[in-house]
Amino acid sequence: MLCQVCGKKEATVHLTQMLNDEVRKMHLCEQCAEAGGIDVNVPASMTNFLLGLGAPKKTKAESVNRACPQCGMHFSDFKKLSRLGCQDCYAAFAEELEPLLNGMQKGARHVGKKPEHYAGAVNVPPSMASLKKVLDEAVASENYEEAARIRDQIHEAETRATGILASAKRSGEAGSAPAAAENTNGSNKERR
Amino acid sequence: MNPNFGMKAVDELVKQPGSWLKVGENTGIIVSSRVRLARNVCGRRFPAWASEEDAVRLLHDLNPILGRLQACRDPIVLEISSLNRMEKEILIERHLMSRDMAEKGKGSAVVLKRDESIAIMVNEEDHIRMQAMSPGLNLRNLWKQIDAVDSEIESNVEYAFSPQMGYLTACPSNVGTGIRASVMLHLPGLVLMNEINSIIKAVSKMGLAVRGLWGEGTDAAGNMFQLSNQTTLGETEEVIVERLEKIVLEIDEHEKNGRNRLLEQKGNYIRDHFGRAVGILTHAHMLNSKETLEMLSALRLGLDLGIISGWKRAMIDELFLLTQPGHLQKLEGRVIGAEKRDLARARLVRQRLLDWK
Repeated sequence: MLCQVCGKKEATVHLTQMLNDEVRKMHLCEQCAEAGGIDVNVPASMTNFLLGLGAPKKTKAESVNRACPQCGMHFSDFKKLSRLGCQDCYAAFAEELEPLLNGMQKGARHVGKKPEHYAGAVNVPPSMASLKKVLDEAVASENYEEAARIRDQIHEAETRATGILASAKRSGEAGSAPAAAENTNGSNKERR
Repeated sequence: MNPNFGMKAVDELVKQPGSWLKVGENTGIIVSSRVRLARNVCGRRFPAWASEEDAVRLLHDLNPILGRLQACRDPIVLEISSLNRMEKEILIERHLMSRDMAEKGKGSAVVLKRDESIAIMVNEEDHIRMQAMSPGLNLRNLWKQIDAVDSEIESNVEYAFSPQMGYLTACPSNVGTGIRASVMLHLPGLVLMNEINSIIKAVSKMGLAVRGLWGEGTDAAGNMFQLSNQTTLGETEEVIVERLEKIVLEIDEHEKNGRNRLLEQKGNYIRDHFGRAVGILTHAHMLNSKETLEMLSALRLGLDLGIISGWKRAMIDELFLLTQPGHLQKLEGRVIGAEKRDLARARLVRQRLLDWK
């Protein structure tokens, strides 16, 4: 049997999980299992595997009073003003805003009107909770390719979150930061 | 901008009935509808975190775009810093801008269609807040109208938008669609039958907010209540608007039932209540704002129930607006203190009601 993540190597690690009274199985090669932080001697859930939660936990920056790299607003400023500083604050404070949004909004994803000329210039990643939910759903439906894709998105989001704090040092990684520099000049374009 | 321009424009506004109270067009219980959208321009700081220079620059950039909107045809542009206190009050009383807007300085402006059916605030809580307003229950049409205005602006402006979170707003409570649909209701039947609190509770559970006549933080003076959606993310604008409409129609039914039961169960009490209201409004020499709204509400209900005659509802609605401090002082032609206002208010109401009779 081939690994359900890489689809190349032989699966030697077999995970089993109960979801809605159904038994779900997942078959992985050793490398993919290790990459997901699975210790074969310790029982682990598939979701945890996909999130790499079996691996030693990274020290989180959540206790830090994060600042938005674009406008300089700190999360403590938002708490005082109850208003965000700029569009990029949504990405910068994604983790902090998530419980707030869950409490005040009906859904986590916009389904309404979109700008006709939307060019995707503003890059706000999906929230961690919504990604984890989609991941759970993908696991539940045994869609492991999709699950692996979402896992990568979650890792990317985590990198971005830390990247914001260390942005000064990592200025070379322009691609992963929201396209802010272009926006400053390119806002209010005359398109006619 | 010519500083006198604002004053002249506000003078013109006062001569016409407010858009939300257009003569004879509302149904009595459902007074008016409004749909507003919150939008921000991509790559710029939101107003609360922007400098005055940022705000002035944004207004400078948006001015030509908003000034030539097809949907507003030859709009009135009013810079907040060029308006005096009285003029700001008038705009607030006419629901053309928020109370928060009145505190803003340079870079903030209101763009109005001349019939007041469309109003766009620049640099309030968000860069752009646009609203469409009309009498009666008209939410679906208003959504279409403001959607068109939004699309027209969008053809010239790149909005702060993300596929996941939708339109990005200064407050996360508006993120997504940025829509706030609201309906103004006159509910004296439910108030007099002591049923209003249970209705408000039920409505709050359905995700709607209930506010007073002049919005957030105001009480329901004159038994006027504003109902609006609270959530903006995760549903389409149509779903949000339709849910509000459905609940409004249910409340409309409750109010009708309440009024019928009021007549059946408290007939003597209610006739006395109406009679006293007419007596006070046509004979008092000092009327404060609160008492005036209460008495006008009673008169309005009396007319709707056919117990009082001789006036039209539209006249009473006009008095709701004209007896507010800003409008009253404008009619008096000067800024006056509270006591003089009460005298002027009573005089105005007396004259109008006797002239119209």
